[in-house]
Amino acid sequence: MQSVFNIIFSPDFFYDVLRVTTPILFATLAATVASRSGIFNIALEGIMLIAALVGVIFSAYFSSAWLGLLFALISGGLVGLFLGFLVLKLKTDAILAGIAINLMAAGGTIFLLYIISGDRGVSSSIKSLVLPKFPLPVIKNIPIIGTILSMQNILTYVVLLSVIVIHILLYKTPLGLKIRAVGENPNAAESVGINVHKIQYIAVTISGILAAFGGAFLSMGYLSMFSNGMTAGRGFIGLAADAMGGSTPIGALLVSLLFGIADSMGNVIQTGIKIPYEIVQMLPYITTIVGLAIFSYSKKKQIEKLKSK
Amino acid sequence: MSDIILEMKDILKIYPNGIVANEHINLSLKKGEIHALLGENGAGKSTLMKVLFGIEIPEEGEIILKGKRVYIKSPHEAIANGIGMVHQHFMLVPSLTAAENIILGVEPRKFGLFTNMEKAIEVADNIAKMYNFDIDVRAKVETLPVGIKQKVEILKALYRGAEILILDEPTAVLTPQETEELFIQLNKLKEKGHTIIFISHKLDEIKLICDRLTIMRNGKNKGTYKTEDVTTEEISRLMVGRDVFLEFDKEKANPKKTVLKVRDVSVKNKLGNLKVNNISFDIREGEILGIAGVEGNGQNELVDILTGLNENYTGNVLIFNKEAKELGIKGIRDLKVSHIPEDRMTYGCAKDMDILQNVFSNQYGDEKYSSKYLLKSKAMETRAEELIDEFLIKCNSFKQSVGMLSGGNIQKVVVAREFSVGPKIIVANQPTRGIDVGAAEFIRKKIIEFRDQGCAVLLVSADLNEVFELSDRLAVMYKGEFSGVFTNVEELTEEELGKYMLGLKKDEKLEGIIYE
Repeated sequence: MQSVFNIIFSPDFFYDVLRVTTPILFATLAATVASRSGIFNIALEGIMLIAALVGVIFSAYFSSAWLGLLFALISGGLVGLFLGFLVLKLKTDAILAGIAINLMAAGGTIFLLYIISGDRGVSSSIKSLVLPKFPLPVIKNIPIIGTILSMQNILTYVVLLSVIVIHILLYKTPLGLKIRAVGENPNAAESVGINVHKIQYIAVTISGILAAFGGAFLSMGYLSMFSNGMTAGRGFIGLAADAMGGSTPIGALLVSLLFGIADSMGNVIQTGIKIPYEIVQMLPYITTIVGLAIFSYSKKKQIEKLKSK
Repeated sequence: MSDIILEMKDILKIYPNGIVANEHINLSLKKGEIHALLGENGAGKSTLMKVLFGIEIPEEGEIILKGKRVYIKSPHEAIANGIGMVHQHFMLVPSLTAAENIILGVEPRKFGLFTNMEKAIEVADNIAKMYNFDIDVRAKVETLPVGIKQKVEILKALYRGAEILILDEPTAVLTPQETEELFIQLNKLKEKGHTIIFISHKLDEIKLICDRLTIMRNGKNKGTYKTEDVTTEEISRLMVGRDVFLEFDKEKANPKKTVLKVRDVSVKNKLGNLKVNNISFDIREGEILGIAGVEGNGQNELVDILTGLNENYTGNVLIFNKEAKELGIKGIRDLKVSHIPEDRMTYGCAKDMDILQNVFSNQYGDEKYSSKYLLKSKAMETRAEELIDEFLIKCNSFKQSVGMLSGGNIQKVVVAREFSVGPKIIVANQPTRGIDVGAAEFIRKKIIEFRDQGCAVLLVSADLNEVFELSDRLAVMYKGEFSGVFTNVEELTEEELGKYMLGLKKDEKLEGIIYE
């Protein structure tokens, strides 16, 4: 038990938290942008999975991790756009369309992996590359903080930067104002001449790209290969985290960190205490359910308070 | 004719369902006038304005703006042509500030990429000051009262350069004070050369503020007049095509035994404020008890108690000597208590369901229309058709969804359902609000008919004419209490009633509210 505490309060543990938080935070930000425009992007899970595989394949093909990332992002943007097409043009229910994309991604990635590598499980036979880790100048020399922040994967820095960028996008730019208006009252937006569908297309595309970052991180940073079903529900956790964070980028950061801690904790406990592996694996998802329950309860209270005014 | 700013010529609009909403309508507006557009619900006013604002595209006809033919195919093009519209349901984004709502879609920028919020607040503030609108443009819209929200809507249109402003029933949501303020501002807008189209049912308001008026009926233009040239009676005749009886010749009530007893009822809202304070009254068979009062003085809370919607009250409500709390909503309805709710779209009907389903929503259990497991659709269809005939519901068939009907006809569907069970007690909350004169008159007549058959009626209404016309006894509610009771309604004057409504006078004894 003592050793577990020692691990949790070590800088290495927090280094790990940031690493684990990265894909969840990407997913959460992706959920935030989409839901702010009024589209519930349940396809995040599938988009991440597709991007994870695309990144692996193209990084091997071009022998460049960067080109792998680029194609992963393009694939994510396209799938986001495709969701927009299904929902906005063909008037499909967003949930059903999202589920369809997720199922397609789950089966499709295995199929593609098999064609290319002859393996249905992992891409270890593909010579894919990994995005670099990055020492932060100056900060790396500060004790503790240096250990936590420095030498993270480049995408971990990107995701922290994305929090700020998405915050500015939503609250400081005309596009963000339009996204928020469209999501909250599309009639009002339309009545002042805003092209509602155009804004929503832009938002789901951004959402797809953000999710793709998360997917690429999983197969080109977190691990160095693709394995089937490797997103393990992170897209859904992102949706939950978005709801709990009140659909704001700052909220997304805080809630994602919470999930990241739960996830890392799982890893630590696994090594420290004799608990069945499967139970430990449940930890992030239990955190999600408990978190959502607390969130919706407090929201209910809030609404009751507002109503009684 | 240089002062004509806009002409709509020969507008023909047929909806996909075959309803001819506008039948070759002509309308011309002079620059700087306030022009009323009035007509019954379903007369085609809204459609005509939707055509002007580019929401609907007409089959035929042309729009001539300042002597030039224009084609308006979207709200965006209407705005570009200097036409603004203030919708009845506000087109605002609640979580944004007033300034953000005003500049939405035409945001000032800085560095090409970012919203220049300082500039936005400045321009919003400037335009508010220019038109003497006293609002805080930094406030979030969701925190603003209705009257201010409407001002934000008007400013939104003005900021986009609207010269012609369409106001769709702007006073329906306002308090009398807010209405007064709105009128002052509309007159100022007029002085600055703006042209205003004012859609309304309220003849007194039109008389007060409009220069000219156009009357529509059944999709046709029944004529444009200078306001001072027509009397209220003429207008209402043109609107409904017959003389509306402003006075009912109802017979004197012949009340029998007491069926509804309310004793010492109080209720608090969720904030703990006393909304109904120790109220007691009786209603007997064959009489109408009217409850007058400025809205929000506890009338809705009282109705919720009587109909079983709220059980968290103190005191006793006895319906045919049975405690209402023990009965529950179903039990109360089983005793033939009918309820015409104030908000017909939320509590009165299911708008996406058809007329038949709505009419039977309180009678599915009746063995006339249902065997043990299956509904008897033939019997229901026959009955629905009977009700459509009896209540003069204007529709294509009972299969039409209620949401497609006009407000007056929706209310008739609600009334048909509530009255078709053969009610012994009717609780009617604002039964004719916001509906056309013809439908309102019809519903009032029905209420009297049921009274004459021995039904007890509680009528809550903000329409003074209505409570005067219908009530056999009249109580005034003020701050959750009865401030006055009148058993001789004919002798009561409006001025006198007003004093009780505003709390200037209070009757402590309340004689005649209880029968012992």
